[in-house]
Amino acid sequence: MAKQRVLVVGGGLAGLAAAMKLAEGGVDVDVMSLTPVKRSHSVCAQGGINSVNELTRQQGDNEAKHLDDTVYGGDFLQHQPPVKEMTDWGPRIIDLMDRIGVPFNRTAEGFRDQRRFGGTLFKRTAFAGATTGQQLLYALDEQVRRWHAAGKITMYEGWDFLSPVLDDDGRCRGGIGQNLVSMEIRAFPADAVVLAVGGCGLIFGRSTMSMACTGAAASRAARAGAIYANAEFIQVHPTAIPGADKLRLMSESARGEGGRVWVPRKPHDPRDPKQIPESERYYFLEERYPKYGNLVPRDIATREIFSVCVNDGLSVDADKQSVYLDLTHIPRAELDRKLGGILHIYEKFQGVDPREVPMKIFPAVHYSMGGLWADYERTPAGGLVPGSPRNQQTNIPGLYAIGECDYQYHGANRLGANSLLSCIFSGLFAAPGIQKAIGSLKDSASDEKYDQLLRGQRAVKQLEHDELLKREAGRENPYLIHQQLGDVMTKAATVVRENGQLRDAVEKVNDLAERVEKCALSDTGNWTNQNVLFTKSLRDMFPIAKAILKGALARDECRGAHYKPAFDMPGIDADASPAEKRRQAEEWCDAFEEKNRKWLKTTIAEVDGQGEPHLRYEEVDTTIVPPRPRLYGLVGAEIIEEAWRDRQAKHASNGAKATHAPQPVGA
Amino acid sequence: MSAHANGHSHQSKKPHSFEVRVLRQEAPGEGSRWERHRVTYEPNLNVISVLQKIATQATTADGESTTPVAWDCNCLEEVCGACTMLINGRTRQACSALVDRLLEENEAIELRPMSKFPVLRDLCVDRRRMFRALEKVQAWIEVDDYFDRGAGPRESPQMQGTRYPLSECMTCGCCVEACPQYTKIELERLPGESDVEYHRREDEAFDEGFVGAAAISQAMLFNDNQTGAMKKGERLDALMAPGGIQDCGNAQNCVAVCPKSIPLTRSIARAGRQTTVRMLTKWFDS
Repeated sequence: MAKQRVLVVGGGLAGLAAAMKLAEGGVDVDVMSLTPVKRSHSVCAQGGINSVNELTRQQGDNEAKHLDDTVYGGDFLQHQPPVKEMTDWGPRIIDLMDRIGVPFNRTAEGFRDQRRFGGTLFKRTAFAGATTGQQLLYALDEQVRRWHAAGKITMYEGWDFLSPVLDDDGRCRGGIGQNLVSMEIRAFPADAVVLAVGGCGLIFGRSTMSMACTGAAASRAARAGAIYANAEFIQVHPTAIPGADKLRLMSESARGEGGRVWVPRKPHDPRDPKQIPESERYYFLEERYPKYGNLVPRDIATREIFSVCVNDGLSVDADKQSVYLDLTHIPRAELDRKLGGILHIYEKFQGVDPREVPMKIFPAVHYSMGGLWADYERTPAGGLVPGSPRNQQTNIPGLYAIGECDYQYHGANRLGANSLLSCIFSGLFAAPGIQKAIGSLKDSASDEKYDQLLRGQRAVKQLEHDELLKREAGRENPYLIHQQLGDVMTKAATVVRENGQLRDAVEKVNDLAERVEKCALSDTGNWTNQNVLFTKSLRDMFPIAKAILKGALARDECRGAHYKPAFDMPGIDADASPAEKRRQAEEWCDAFEEKNRKWLKTTIAEVDGQGEPHLRYEEVDTTIVPPRPRLYGLVGAEIIEEAWRDRQAKHASNGAKATHAPQPVGA
Repeated sequence: MSAHANGHSHQSKKPHSFEVRVLRQEAPGEGSRWERHRVTYEPNLNVISVLQKIATQATTADGESTTPVAWDCNCLEEVCGACTMLINGRTRQACSALVDRLLEENEAIELRPMSKFPVLRDLCVDRRRMFRALEKVQAWIEVDDYFDRGAGPRESPQMQGTRYPLSECMTCGCCVEACPQYTKIELERLPGESDVEYHRREDEAFDEGFVGAAAISQAMLFNDNQTGAMKKGERLDALMAPGGIQDCGNAQNCVAVCPKSIPLTRSIARAGRQTTVRMLTKWFDS
């Protein structure tokens, strides 16, 4: 048998973590990436990485609370065992990152410093300035370079993943890649293929994501039969800097370090913001959520910012939407030490010093909570079985998904600073299982018997490429179609969703999907042809775009980032008598239970041969933390929390199961 | 007053459109030619959005249809280092090159690929040599394994404050582009040569050439880490080998063009002292 190998696609945090752990285990690894891996989108992560730490522990924190915050923040849509395993691993992961040289900020005594992030009351977030993602990525990049020097890892930087290769039994035996410079299409035999291909922000045109985040690689896997889950859950980050080419992220750490969000109480107050007295400023997050203040979870902060601008008409400027994010009360030296990187970005692109003048920000598409469906093997205690070949495996044997492109960890909304953790965790944790999986195979994809399969699949992709180049020029311009797709998606499927608009968007996207097939290539050459590569990626955005819209249209409820006002649960009448309030709260809780019975389910999209997604639903394993109303101490909602607590206590004393607790998937 | 969108008070008259000249090259080893484009002015453009507009137009200023210009980019917020090019003769990232600023200095914008690396096509260059240099100086921490062994070494905030700026280096190549000592190494591919063979031959040539400021600074970054210091000698040996620190001509251009203001000349001076000590120690020990 020829030597086995693993193909890792994507060189961000997840892909590099998996590659180095596999190499350590003695596995030969090929890493395929669109960009030199050091330039992957993980560099854009700013604020930090969460884990329980010695300090928070002494304030009453523990791994179970990190799990609780994560699933409460995610509106209970994620399976809880993987989250439990991740939060248990958190402290060890930060320690490892520390050992491999990440320059985490330090306390005066030399310990790692931590800041507070959204959706928690503890300071769990370790950070390296305000470029934590960059620093973590570099540390992993350095480890992978070390394995490259040792001959264990081969780098294929500047390659686009075109498809997985499946044998007659449906097992993944490798992948097809295309070189971005020479345009060579090549088959990569692999005994496991690990997709660490990131998010799909470019479907929305402009977002906080990098240009490589088209979602095309995940879409190609879906086209080959990998199921895609919770597509409709797209995180819109509350604070970004609007720009013509990109909406640049302004990290949550700005609020974690004391940044305050406000608008002038007088609409479009023309005064210099620093001249507006406190009494004439509306700190709407602090007023509405006194417990969490500016650090409510992202979906809530986003909706409040959106609503204060759109519904209340309190945007800073009349002609465009924005609110102030104010750091000017914090000393300069502290800002430079803890937030230098992001302040530099604001300064460079806006030409204004945010240490002196409040920043103007607005929400922007930021993260895909949904992604390729991935499996896990659960222990009786509720964690994951270490080294199980099922962990992170898609429904295609031998094809794995990790990092942002999997759907596993963040449910309906991701908490800030949890993505760096989930990316590194899923990569490190999956590796031993992958190694075990290939160890149990009787042969190698590099054996001669697979030559024909791999050559055949390569030829299919070559033919597709040649036909695209030779195709009679149509009239459509791929860059314009991309703009139009982004406009439709941003309008219909971001902060507020409405069924009529979604139906309309489905039609428009269907139309664009047809038009994309008539794109004229302005470059028909066969050398560094970015035009044809972009057109291919654009084409592959459509199945995921459709899955987002269809999922959002079908899901008639509000959950996390998915907000449909028509199905929002009405609040309690603030002026009612206590008894009436209680009655309304009981009704609210009934409706909440009913909603969970119907919609506390994973959306599964299966993409057919025409690129059309078909939906079905799967139960969610919520056996560790029972779902509860997600109110974050909203002023006026205390009565609901009280009614819910009483209800739970009654259930418990009746010995009944507290809530909806389905059987875990695959159990 | 500062309510203006980008806070700049320049109210100079903006043109209706402006010219963009791009130096184009079809493939490695081929000749290059200038191509002129006309782009409609909008406020707050950067060079990336200009290139996107040019791609969408697909027509030159002379009305001839053309292929989109090839260029590299990814993050668009100056942290990935991909989009480095020569903009009006200056090496910098296209994403943070704002058109409003550029038009204050010139009427037109001129885009050229970096000159110290092989051109792949148009503005795309191959900077593999920079990553090879990181390998040469062993720019990593040699940990025993990736199992749980507790935290890394304690570190003072001062030392973190020294290491962090060095660790912000995004291998963008500005420092070596501006360096008179760093000269282009471009090998022609031999007929029938495989990728692996070609890269091996390239690596040999790269290893003879100057490593450049970025890699020297990275060596200092890892020497500063308590665990990294255990391999300090190996890193210094690499810096004393051909193409090492002795090739630095002290022009100090590197530090002037670094977009992250990394104290590169300080790293070079420190590397100079550390290699001298290393040399003397070796000499006395032998």
